[in-house]
Amino acid sequence: MLDLNHISFQAESENGEITIINDISLHLDSNKFIVITGPNGGGKSTLAKLIAGIEPITDGQIVFDGTDITNMNITERARLGIGFAFQQPVRFKGLTVLDLLRIAAGKNISVSEACEYLSEVGLCAKDYIRREVNASLSGGELKRIEIATILARDVRLAIFDEPEAGIDLWSFQNLIRIFEKMQQSENGRTILVISHQERILNIADEIIVLSEGKILRQGSRDEILPDIIGTKYASDVCRKLSEEA
Amino acid sequence: MAKMDAIQMQLLQEVAGLHEIPEGAYNLRANGETAGRQSTANITITPKEAGSGIDIHIKEGTKHESVHIPVVLSESGLKETVYNDFYVGDDADVLIVAGCGIDNCGTQDSEHDGIHRFFVGKHAKIKYVEKHYGSGNGDGKRILNPVTEVYLDEGSTMEMEMVQIKGVDSTERTTIAELKADAKLIVRERLMTHGQQSALSAYKVTLDGDGSSADVVSRSVARDRSYQKLDLCILGNAACSGHTECDSIIMDEGRILAVPSLEANSVDAELVHEAAIGKIAGEQLIKLMTLGLTEAEAEEQIINGFLK
Repeated sequence: MLDLNHISFQAESENGEITIINDISLHLDSNKFIVITGPNGGGKSTLAKLIAGIEPITDGQIVFDGTDITNMNITERARLGIGFAFQQPVRFKGLTVLDLLRIAAGKNISVSEACEYLSEVGLCAKDYIRREVNASLSGGELKRIEIATILARDVRLAIFDEPEAGIDLWSFQNLIRIFEKMQQSENGRTILVISHQERILNIADEIIVLSEGKILRQGSRDEILPDIIGTKYASDVCRKLSEEA
Repeated sequence: MAKMDAIQMQLLQEVAGLHEIPEGAYNLRANGETAGRQSTANITITPKEAGSGIDIHIKEGTKHESVHIPVVLSESGLKETVYNDFYVGDDADVLIVAGCGIDNCGTQDSEHDGIHRFFVGKHAKIKYVEKHYGSGNGDGKRILNPVTEVYLDEGSTMEMEMVQIKGVDSTERTTIAELKADAKLIVRERLMTHGQQSALSAYKVTLDGDGSSADVVSRSVARDRSYQKLDLCILGNAACSGHTECDSIIMDEGRILAVPSLEANSVDAELVHEAAIGKIAGEQLIKLMTLGLTEAEAEEQIINGFLK
């Protein structure tokens, strides 16, 4: 479904040009649940943004479902079926949750259809549907609405950048259920998640460890997970949350 | 209604959402003349001398009735000043829809200056909707300079929705309000300017009575080379509460001057103002583009939402 051929990304910094993604090649199959983990600053979020076209690659080629999308912009890639859930969702003054879900669905979906997506992410739909996606929503509510916008699109490749960041324990468990349900789609959808969390790694078909802009390891869950469990690449969010509580 | 042509009907639709003769009391003014008028048992509309405007008397206790007083201009070069006075009886609860549409296909400027005064009785509730709209391809300017004066007696409420989204070349909007005890004023202004347009909007709200309150919120978008000055002022002379907010999106080579001001003349006056001007956040555009919109479509969605 997705091929990254020798892609690199350099960015300007105070100390001159730095390489964030360094000659990565990667093949992702259809109908997989793939988790990218690795240390902070290792290039995980950047890699996700390069796939969605939010940042342009400096070198290499990206092929999606047989189409070279290297020079396509965000909109064109979105229309081909790439979805992206942001780590820190943006707020909009005036746009309602319903407006956003209708934009995501690409059509004037009914209120009851929109409500179904909200219920999926554990929000009581009637309380939220007319609300503005503005500062009155908490970070956790915003994050769930962000996930609902991906559900409202029938994407081939769904990318989630740290979906667990900012959500509570209850919705974390719900999130796992959403991923499992999303994978049951009939279009061979692949889900690509950036996460350190053991519970998400636990349901992965495949795990990629990214560090310093390069792929350190790539393989099936059974191959990779035992080696990284308990390290910072695979932490137990539930234990952490209960310790904090 | 027989006097109205297609252009005038289109303007009427834009400013008052009307397809046909409204129910209840109305006064339709087209190209400086009365095109229709109707009073009801509780709402009486009488012309002032020499066609310079109308007096609207709403009987005390009138509930769930509406008054429509739209104005349309489709003749190039027409300039008029109209005085409309509303006398609202105690305990009335009514909807008032005003607004002006100008279509100018000619070379001379067309101008409508409406001066509206509201004398609102005790415990009355008014919802006032005013929409301004301009169209036409001529070089002549479309000019609207509305003046609104509101006098709220004890315990009364006025909710004002003021909208000017398209096509008005030059506008100077002045709104003055004076509130007695427990009176409440809510203003929601929406402005969008484009091309070379200029818009000045000034509010001066005086809270004279204990328990009075005002919430004045202006949202605006300045596109192309347009200019806006937003001057929102609240004076607190009693134990009152006041809030003003101007929130603006600036685009292209637009310019905006926001001047919120507060004056407290009583130790118990609680007044707050907020003002923000900024361009559309890049992250907002990117988010909507990842949902499949083009950059231009994303921009339109953001602006439409903002001005809704």
